[in-house]
Amino acid sequence: MKPAKPPEPGKATPRTAAAAARRMSATPAPPPKPAPASPSPSAASPVAQVRDVSATGAQSLIHSLEAIGSEVVFGIPGGAILPAYDPLFDSKVRHILVRHEQGAGHAAEGYAQATGKVGVCMATSGPGATNLVTPIADAYMDSVPIVAITGQVAGPMIGTDAFQEADIHGITMPITKHNYLVQRPEDIPRVIAEAFHIASTGRPGPVLVDIPKDVLTAQTRFSWPPTLELPGYRPNAHPHGKQIREAAKLMSAARRPVLYVGGGVIKANATAQLRRLAELTGIPVITTLMARGAFPDSHAQHLGMPGMHGTVGAVYALQKSDLLIALGTRFDDRVTGKLDSFAPDAAVIHADIDPAEIGKNRHADVPIVGDAKQVIDELIAAVKTEHAAGRQADLDGWWQQLNDIRDRYPLGWDEPDDGSLSPEYAIKRLGEIAGPDAIYVAGVGQHQMWASQFISYEKPGTWLNSGGLGTMGYAVPAAMGAKVGKPGATVWAIDGDGCFQMTNQELATCALEGIPIKVAVINNGNLGMVRQWQTLFYDQRYSQTNLGTHATPDSTSLTGTGRRIPDFVKLAEALGCVGLRCEAAADVDATIKQAMEIDDQPVVVDFTVGKDAMVWPMVPAGTSNDEIQFARGMRPTFDEDDL
Amino acid sequence: MSKHTLSVLVENKPGVLARVAGLFSRRGFNIDSLAVGETEHPEISRITIVVGVEDSPLEQVTKQLNKLVNVLKIVELEPGSSVQRELLLVKVRADLQTRSHVLETAQLFRAKVVDVAPDTVTIEATGTSEKLAALLRVLEPFGIKEMVQSGMVAIGRGSRSITSPVLRATGAA
Repeated sequence: MKPAKPPEPGKATPRTAAAAARRMSATPAPPPKPAPASPSPSAASPVAQVRDVSATGAQSLIHSLEAIGSEVVFGIPGGAILPAYDPLFDSKVRHILVRHEQGAGHAAEGYAQATGKVGVCMATSGPGATNLVTPIADAYMDSVPIVAITGQVAGPMIGTDAFQEADIHGITMPITKHNYLVQRPEDIPRVIAEAFHIASTGRPGPVLVDIPKDVLTAQTRFSWPPTLELPGYRPNAHPHGKQIREAAKLMSAARRPVLYVGGGVIKANATAQLRRLAELTGIPVITTLMARGAFPDSHAQHLGMPGMHGTVGAVYALQKSDLLIALGTRFDDRVTGKLDSFAPDAAVIHADIDPAEIGKNRHADVPIVGDAKQVIDELIAAVKTEHAAGRQADLDGWWQQLNDIRDRYPLGWDEPDDGSLSPEYAIKRLGEIAGPDAIYVAGVGQHQMWASQFISYEKPGTWLNSGGLGTMGYAVPAAMGAKVGKPGATVWAIDGDGCFQMTNQELATCALEGIPIKVAVINNGNLGMVRQWQTLFYDQRYSQTNLGTHATPDSTSLTGTGRRIPDFVKLAEALGCVGLRCEAAADVDATIKQAMEIDDQPVVVDFTVGKDAMVWPMVPAGTSNDEIQFARGMRPTFDEDDL
Repeated sequence: MSKHTLSVLVENKPGVLARVAGLFSRRGFNIDSLAVGETEHPEISRITIVVGVEDSPLEQVTKQLNKLVNVLKIVELEPGSSVQRELLLVKVRADLQTRSHVLETAQLFRAKVVDVAPDTVTIEATGTSEKLAALLRVLEPFGIKEMVQSGMVAIGRGSRSITSPVLRATGAA
């Protein structure tokens, strides 16, 4: 099977002479040259200067996307956005026609998280726009730079409950970093440039640009680059020197320090700096769900992930610490557990680009506002000064305790009694065979936690997931976006059978657009994480968690049809993908290798696994991290005399 | 719970008030009073918000407000170092027997009568919320038919201006 369309962006020659003429008149082919002062640091390609040419609002929009260096737009056309799709037909910007707007939004996120560039999605007014709400909220929670462009009903119709009208500007106000309702066609280039600038600078996030149809069809003038008008937007990247020195002093005196690292370190491209700081100080490192890959899992100083399903070592380190050096992280409730018992003895150094995160959940003794890269660079220099003055902490005792805990309570699982395939084993082998250069994209639930635990992440940008919002259905479209952004990388979506059924329609997009992602469906036939909570907290009353994707012969049950509904192999084939199935541990390696060999079309592997596996360790929701269990009913013994 | 008066300078653009008000409601804070108007620079509006919160959540709200792209500056105005005023219009029952008493009361509070009807007078008063509450207490026995109160506006005492540094920073001045 050949991809229907070549994956490279330079896809289109003008389809008609009229289109060609229109394009020629609109952009008088200026020689591309680097802009002297680019309006947006996110601009990927050279920004051409364009002086005052005639264009429609729609042409102005597409010219702006071209000028700012957008390679790809994920979207679906519809009435109100239709004018924009006409110039897009001739543009060098690649458009990927998704099957549902939610897919467009997550694909933009996946693209952004894999490349560090701004992802773009496009939809029409009303339902098109509201279908973007979930991925926009997801991007807001996980600080992902995306720009969502929506059509709106024509200006005079706004507010009249017109066909396909929804106040998406109002709807997305609390879930965007900023948003626009464009009123005049001449504002389009400035608004697009501002949207990209806001999305990608400071704490990144989603920006929505809503453009009424009459603004898209109106005649206007297009110039590039525009002047940004953002007097109230001044992200502060540069940390305060006094705070840095104070932090270095604490770091050199602490006896049980921990580097508590969040996703901000990856977003700031500060992972090399983090490693230098960690090795310089010898301080143990823990990486949150959003920071997996920020520090190599194979590194001896890495204690793993903290939180509800973190390692015993990482949770222990936080609880016993006397100094948390929190970098680009936000003390999320899934990390802290019951807040007032979180790291009770620790002083806190909290560095974040967003001042509102500092002190939001936990008081910061040393607040540092700044970009993680600059902060860590300056911390390294300040710590070196401390060391030169003979002040350096002795962490031997601390490491002894940590190594003891880590040796006694490693991550692991029990093989299922019923002989079914264990999901943890399948995921672990997937990580080992696909290796540290592959990009892993998870949905939300048990499979996500196992993928975060049993795959070894060595590099930033190789682990994508929906952390803050916890959006089931994220994996397939985000993997699609990641593969578009990094076509040379192997991209594995690791999905659950529940998640997969929310967004698998984008496999049709992947098959037609030549985006050969691989999907491992960890199919336990249930909404596994919900079922785990029912097992633990609801007396094993499995209300509404059986999805019927296993061929259960039980005729007393509604879902016991004896058929797999759906049959993921058949579904994959129907969507233009290769479908494989693996039901036994002995077949795992061969199946993964078979999937790895296919690179001309998407592959779906149905790993049919047992339903009783649970994610451990676990800190039950709302309880203290001290209540961590490494297996059901099993609490680790921490030797208090050591402290 | 203590009352705080925030002066928020924002870009005079559509939707900005919705952003600011939405931020308060989203974080569970009730706005006691709100007043919005242009400043001496038409491109800048000034929102005066009175909100009852403890110090630490107030700091979080202020930080979140600062993150709004259209917000230029936030200043908390302390009652001791600022002038704080509200406007009250109140329609009081006043027939031939009581009218002179009502007018006398208005005079005591340095309030103005802005409309007269055979059985009512409408009084305009400005002042702190305490003064207006006191006026209403005295008028109450006559019979209050209708009243309307503005949100509080406030300005710092002394020669310093909170708008001019903003304009310098934004290059508008």
